[in-house]
This record gives sequence, C-alpha cells and structure tokens, in this order.
Amino acid sequence: MLLVIEQFLNGLQFGLLLFLLAAGLTLVFGIMDLVNLAHGSLYMMGAYFAATFAAWTGSFLLGALLALGATLILGIVLEMSALRHLYGRDHLDHVLATFGLILFFNEAVRLIWGPAGLALPLPAWLTVPVPILPGIHYPAYRLAIIVVALLVALLLYLGVMRTRIGMLIRAGASNREMIGALGINIKLLYTLVFGLGAALAGLAGLMQAPILTVQIGMGENILILAFVIIVIGGIGSIRGAFLAAIFVGMIDTLGRAFLPNLLRQILSGAAASTAAPALSSMLIYLVMAIVLVVRPEGLFPANRR
Amino acid sequence: MKAFTVSKAVTALMLAGLVLLPLYSQLSGNIFILTLFTRIVILALAAASLNLIMGFGGMMSFGHAAYLGIGGYAVGMLAQEGVGSGFIQFPVALAASAIYALVIGALSLRTRGVYFIMITLAFAQMAYYVASGLARYGGDDGLTVYKRSDFSGLINLSNRTQFYYLCLVCLFGVIFLIWRIVNSRFGLVVQGLRSNEQRMQAIGFPAKRYQLVCFVISGMMCGLAGALLANNTDFVSPAVMYWTRSGDLMVMVILGGMGTLFGPVMGAVVYLLLEEFLSQITEYWALIMGPLLLLIVLFGRGGIMGLLGRLNRG
Repeated sequence: MLLVIEQFLNGLQFGLLLFLLAAGLTLVFGIMDLVNLAHGSLYMMGAYFAATFAAWTGSFLLGALLALGATLILGIVLEMSALRHLYGRDHLDHVLATFGLILFFNEAVRLIWGPAGLALPLPAWLTVPVPILPGIHYPAYRLAIIVVALLVALLLYLGVMRTRIGMLIRAGASNREMIGALGINIKLLYTLVFGLGAALAGLAGLMQAPILTVQIGMGENILILAFVIIVIGGIGSIRGAFLAAIFVGMIDTLGRAFLPNLLRQILSGAAASTAAPALSSMLIYLVMAIVLVVRPEGLFPANRR
Repeated sequence: MKAFTVSKAVTALMLAGLVLLPLYSQLSGNIFILTLFTRIVILALAAASLNLIMGFGGMMSFGHAAYLGIGGYAVGMLAQEGVGSGFIQFPVALAASAIYALVIGALSLRTRGVYFIMITLAFAQMAYYVASGLARYGGDDGLTVYKRSDFSGLINLSNRTQFYYLCLVCLFGVIFLIWRIVNSRFGLVVQGLRSNEQRMQAIGFPAKRYQLVCFVISGMMCGLAGALLANNTDFVSPAVMYWTRSGDLMVMVILGGMGTLFGPVMGAVVYLLLEEFLSQITEYWALIMGPLLLLIVLFGRGGIMGLLGRLNRG
C-alpha cells in the first residue's frame, strides 16, 4: 500500500514535469505553427544553467531563479536570431532546422562544460522526508516539484484564459493576419510566447537536474515523451497536454514499478525479467498507438470544427 | 526538355566517381576512403528509400532508422543463431522490415501532417527500446556480427572491393526501382495523393491502401540498407535506431533535394563527407554542422539539386 501511494506520487510528479515541457511545445506549435525539436535542448540548457549558477552562488534557489531567467533570454535570442525566419514555412523545414539546433546545442555544451555530466546537489532542507499521511513519508524535493508544477500550470491557465495577453495569444492562434491588422505587434507577441515556452522547458530541466545527472543529450529522450503527450492530448491544446502528461507520467512510472511483478505471476522468472524492462519502456507508445487508432486527432483536439 | 543540364552533368560525374572509387583507392593505397564510401553508399540507399515516401509520397516518416536496425538485427540475430547464409539472412531482413512497416504504416497513416511525423518517430523509439531489452542479443551494448553474410562463394563480403560493389549495385537497383515506381500508374496515384488526397479519393482510389503499399516498399528498401550496414560494421546496436539517426536520413534527403531521383544520394555523399571533413578540423564539428543545416533550410530551397537547377537557368 505504501509503495503504491509512493509510486502514484512519483507518477504525478513525473507527469507534471512532462507537462511543463509539453506545454511549451504545444503552445509554440499551436500559436506559431512551429515544430520545435530543439525544445529538449532548452530543457537541457535549463539544467546546465542551474547546476552552474547554483555552484557560483552557493544557493540552490538563487541558481534555479537565475537559470530560469537565462533560459528565458536564451529562448528569446533563439527566436529572434533563427526561428523567426521559419514561420510560415513547411513543417519539414522546421524539423530540419531545429534538428540542426540540437546538434549545435549538444556540441556547445560539450565545448563549454565538457563531456562529463554535472551534478546539482540539493540543499539539506529539501532532502528531508515529509510526512504526507500518517506513517507515510515522501521526499520533500519531489513534493516541491509537484507544488511548483501545479502552481505554474494554474498560472498558465489563468494567464492564457483570463488576461489580455492571453486573449491576444489565443486570437493569434486562430487568425494571425486579423490580429496583426488590429495593430497588435505580432512579432513581439511571438517572441514572448517562445520565450515563455523556453522558460517552461528550462524550469522542467532545472527541477529534474537534482534527480538525474545533468548530461549532454538529456533533453532528447524526454522530448520524445513530450511529443507522445501532445499527440495523445491533441496538438495545440494545453488542457489536453495537461491531462495526457499526468496520464503518461502515471503509466510510465507505474508500469516500471509494477509490471515486472505482474509479469512474474504469468511468465517464468527469466522470461519476465527479460520482457519487463522492454515492455515497460514500450508501454506509453502502445497507449499512444491505441489512442491514435481510436482518435487520430488526439483526445482533446484544439481546433474542433 | 534540354539535353544538357548542370544537374545532369554533376549527377553523372558523381555516379562515375562512385563506380571508379575502388580503383582510386587501390591506386592511391587509401583504404580508408573505400571504407568511408561503403558507409556512404549504404546510407544513401537508406536516404533514397526515405525519399520514396517523403519526396514522392508526401509521407514524412521520422522513424526510418528503425528499418536500419530491423534489417541489421535480422542479420545479427541469425548469425548468432548459426544461420550464416545471406540467402536466408537478407530475405528475412526484408520480410521483417515489411511486416514492421505494414503494422506501423497502417497505424500511422490514420493520421496526417505533424501527427504523422511524431507517431512514426515514437514507433521507432519503441523499436529502439525493444532492441535495448533484447538481453540475449546484447541489449544496450549491441550485438557483434562475427561472420559476414555468406553467399556460397558468389560474393565475398569480407573483400572490401566486392562488398563495396555489392552495396553500389543495391543502391543502383533501388534507384532504378524507385524510378520505375514513380513513373508507373501506381506511383502516379501516390504522387497524386500527395497533392490532393480528397480529389484522388473522390475519383475512386483507395488512398490509404496505395500509401501503405508505398510505405512498405520504402521500409523494405531501408531494411536492405540495414542488412548491409550490419555487414559493414560487423556490429548492430540499438543506437542505429535512435531517433537522431532518422533525423540524419531526413537531412540527407532534404540536403540533396527531396523528390528527385539522385538527390538523396548526393545529400548522403555531401552530408557524410562534410561530417568527416569537419571532424578532422575540429572535435566540435557539430557546432558548425548545426547552424549550417539551419542556413541550408533558410536559403537553400530544393537542396543541392534545386541549386544546380538554378545554376542552369543562370
């Protein structure tokens, strides 16, 4: 029972982290119609920035804040220097150009930080177990990730649905010529949206950094997961991304935790221990396949016609 | 139609160069260049197979590296189990790729556009994880192929020159096949589906079925490249299927010129030579290669073939 609750929380935490990544991806795609493969690189940069700034300042929180700002700026610079020229082009061009950016970022990181990974140690107050239910403790840091990600999700929702900028963003998503004609600086709006997406990816990266090692290419695996999420949720839909992210996070975590035991009940020990890792890695792709067979546009398509 | 064009001349020059390469290698004693070009020819074959569905069919598969792995693992697994005959290994590699393509294609073709790009990508990642989980066949570490495919003495794959020519013949064969397909009634339907699927359906063509057949043919061609690649490196590992490999193939196609017969070959030659050349100058070659790709996308429409075409018009 204890293990089940803990794994559920782990799944929720991983799902929320994936949401931060998927939200930026789906926002940029839904509004600017830009497929950004380099989104995972921004996640990686967030982690590297955090590890570096935390080491400089000696404070985890300060390092995280500085890293967040740095990814925001990096995103804005990236949009203004390169991606801006890709709007209105074929999706294939986006894929190719941002693939080039992945190569660039990986190599730049190797050049600046070296090929070995970095570690981002947690401050003592974040490593203590917190009692969440009588007799059940959960690591404070993972709890903090859940809280921060939920807060960001709420802010994002309110920001997009309730503010003037959010209204412009939604308007820009459905008709970019119209909003430009109304005298809105659409260039600036796009730059802001991209910066926001980059900051979200950076936030996911810096929060994940103390759990994993900070290393080159760390954004690539998780980027695929983010793709799976926005495909399941429906591209361009933040609500879809949120629900699908939690769903995928849960399936992935619970699958890894319980599938081996489950298989051992059916198969022989050796066969089960061979099949389990592969099957639990595949699980979410199987889910995606099933979802797409039933609903090719994802579960919550953004533009229902 | 003009008889002479710059792109035709350059293409002919490139093909002649590929045919004569072993001669140059022998005369100059540069064995490395033959090894390098064997790899280039094999990946050119993979890029050409991707071009069939991407350039002519408008289906942007971002998971084509999966077939490289499937073809490779078919050879590697059979070799490990003691089946060394190429007459068994290669057909099995093709059949396995076809079955995978049939299943993946049937599912992926329910979607379109970016969804299609992403779902093919995700399925290839799935194949990657399956290979990583194959503990009996090396798992993450990959599988060493101790003996190259045996063609009962007809061709000796351990002989560098013979192996190179086998790969080249396969490449030319596949390109000839693509040329025949593209100009057949079947190919015209597939190309028609690229420009206007609804209209084609209205005329009465079962759109998905045509696209699926094309998808499977392309997968089989790439599976062949995978079987050759396993023989070339004497090794196959999940890394062959990693999604950045699919990205490399895509880059080769677009760099050379999507939807042209010889564009992918040219793309593979230029991309891999550039990689080789840049990595000799600096360890950090990708730092140059990355932005270069961006520039090619921004300014080089139609890839190298498009550029050559513009040269011709002056």
